[in-house]
Amino acid sequence: MTTVGAILNGIFEPGFFTSGPVRVALVVGGAVSLVSAVVGVFTVVRGQSFAGHSLGDLGTTGGSGAFLVGANPLWGFVTFAIIGAGAMELFGARRPRGRDMATGIVLGAGLGIAALFLYLGTTESNTTGATITILFGSIFVIHASMIPVFALLSGLALAIVGLLYRPLLLSAVSQDIASARGVPVRAVGILYLLAMAVAVSLSCVTIGAILSTAVLIGPAAAALRMTKRPGLAIAWAAVIGLAVTWLGILLAYDSYYWPPAGRGWPVSFFVVALILVVYLLADLASREKARRAGAQGVASRKFPTGTAGRTQPSLPPVLGAE
Amino acid sequence: MFSGFMVNAWIVATMVAVVAGIVGFFTVLRGSAFVAHAVPQAGFAGAAGASLIGVSTLAGLGTFAVISALSIGFLGKRGRHDAVTALALVFMLGLGALFLSWSEEYASAIYALLFGEVLGVSANQVLATAVLGVVCIAAVVILYRPLLLTSVVPEVAEARGVRAHRMEMCFLVVVALVTTMSVPVVGALLMFSLMVGAPGAARSFAAKPLSALSLSVGISVTVVWIAIAASYETDWPVGFFVGVLGAVFFIAGRGWVAWRRSGAGRVDSAGHLATRPVQLASATGMSGEPT
Repeated sequence: MTTVGAILNGIFEPGFFTSGPVRVALVVGGAVSLVSAVVGVFTVVRGQSFAGHSLGDLGTTGGSGAFLVGANPLWGFVTFAIIGAGAMELFGARRPRGRDMATGIVLGAGLGIAALFLYLGTTESNTTGATITILFGSIFVIHASMIPVFALLSGLALAIVGLLYRPLLLSAVSQDIASARGVPVRAVGILYLLAMAVAVSLSCVTIGAILSTAVLIGPAAAALRMTKRPGLAIAWAAVIGLAVTWLGILLAYDSYYWPPAGRGWPVSFFVVALILVVYLLADLASREKARRAGAQGVASRKFPTGTAGRTQPSLPPVLGAE
Repeated sequence: MFSGFMVNAWIVATMVAVVAGIVGFFTVLRGSAFVAHAVPQAGFAGAAGASLIGVSTLAGLGTFAVISALSIGFLGKRGRHDAVTALALVFMLGLGALFLSWSEEYASAIYALLFGEVLGVSANQVLATAVLGVVCIAAVVILYRPLLLTSVVPEVAEARGVRAHRMEMCFLVVVALVTTMSVPVVGALLMFSLMVGAPGAARSFAAKPLSALSLSVGISVTVVWIAIAASYETDWPVGFFVGVLGAVFFIAGRGWVAWRRSGAGRVDSAGHLATRPVQLASATGMSGEPT
């Protein structure tokens, strides 16, 4: 019994479960990564990782703007992410490459404005630490009072994705087939961008811009290497997202006395490192499976190489069998 | 505005703008804007690591930029290219956060790396920027035809025996080099605006590859010059002006296309490069059926 206790004490440094900030981080971080992972499966299938990442950076612009005028950062994040999503949709052509460029333009303008906001904010109030908090976020400084708002917005994002489940996947596989079947492709795309904007700005404000993209794309990409069935992929992504976030928080807490600085390693590093490991393992496993399945399996798994814009999502079997 | 330390700023910024205009043209053409965004930020992590162990920032930046570019190319060969880019990006940023948490340098150093310090360029940096810039331009000139072919009509390129993946790798390394030359001067975020905004606008104004390329360089240089002058006058960050001006030029380009379409009533007079394989094929020496 004592040995078990010693091992547990080694894994969970004393005070892990009793610390208030840690508990809030576990709850909010877990919830946010869960929502992001679910939304992220569609992001990866639809090839909108760039947009997902950009919305986070745009939210950051809003966050720094809110910091400047002294408003609640959450509303700054959400407002700018939604405006950004609208602008991307406005400029974005139907072709993936047009979308890629439109996203880039919006992101470039957003980053420029962020530079201005941060400059004005830091010169006027002289708190340079704000730059870091806004860019990298800090999971350990979430106020418990914000939890109901988070829950509401998370629910909104999940509801949109849940309602649009089929049309979203269908239009990801083929826009032509989707519109032939009467799916309003453009409206579905806009609604999805909206859901992504909400999910991403939520995760940005709580866990920072880096982790936001990490939990949106990482678990989903790994899950989609493991299975091609959308439902199963969503479940896997949720599990992976939750696991890496909690493990990351635990490791960050434990790392408090680790060398070299003696002030704890950042949570974001642990989470992204774990996600990368999971993805590489999933990739390796899928390659092994493909090799064993023979030449046909390899062919079906092979995506067009070349440019990002040309990559087509593979057809989820569920839809193909419909 | 043109005296003392400002001279270096003008020289370096112009060099960066020219190279960004050229390489950015291919970035937009290939739909690699995300890579152009990710690689500079990976370089930022390298710079943070280099400052931690006390080696040259430029070396750290270059190493990380090349590593991230190659791993994106390698992992992106199978699996979703954009998802892999996102993964590489966040991993590198996480690594950067780790390095920063170890080092004593804090906010101002990060701010400079992300947003650049074009107004404080040393003579050494001018030389390093010039050398890397020449290497990048030389690489693009040598690879011009195959790069254009694989970007615009990949099927034709494949049929003619151009190795698409090898080309992609070469291009990614060029992007990494551009990053290395520009990030210490103009910052990770600004470089990206420059590489997407100007070429994106140029494509709306010109259909032929070579004229679009020249126009891209012209717009890029114009944007940078206006931005530096405005930044000098107002004291606001250069990145703000570059980002916003890039978007303004892009919107103007879109407006021009729309106006040409409605005004002349000839849809094909306002073409996008990618939608006009015929013209590009002939420009790259192809004859016969475009795909």
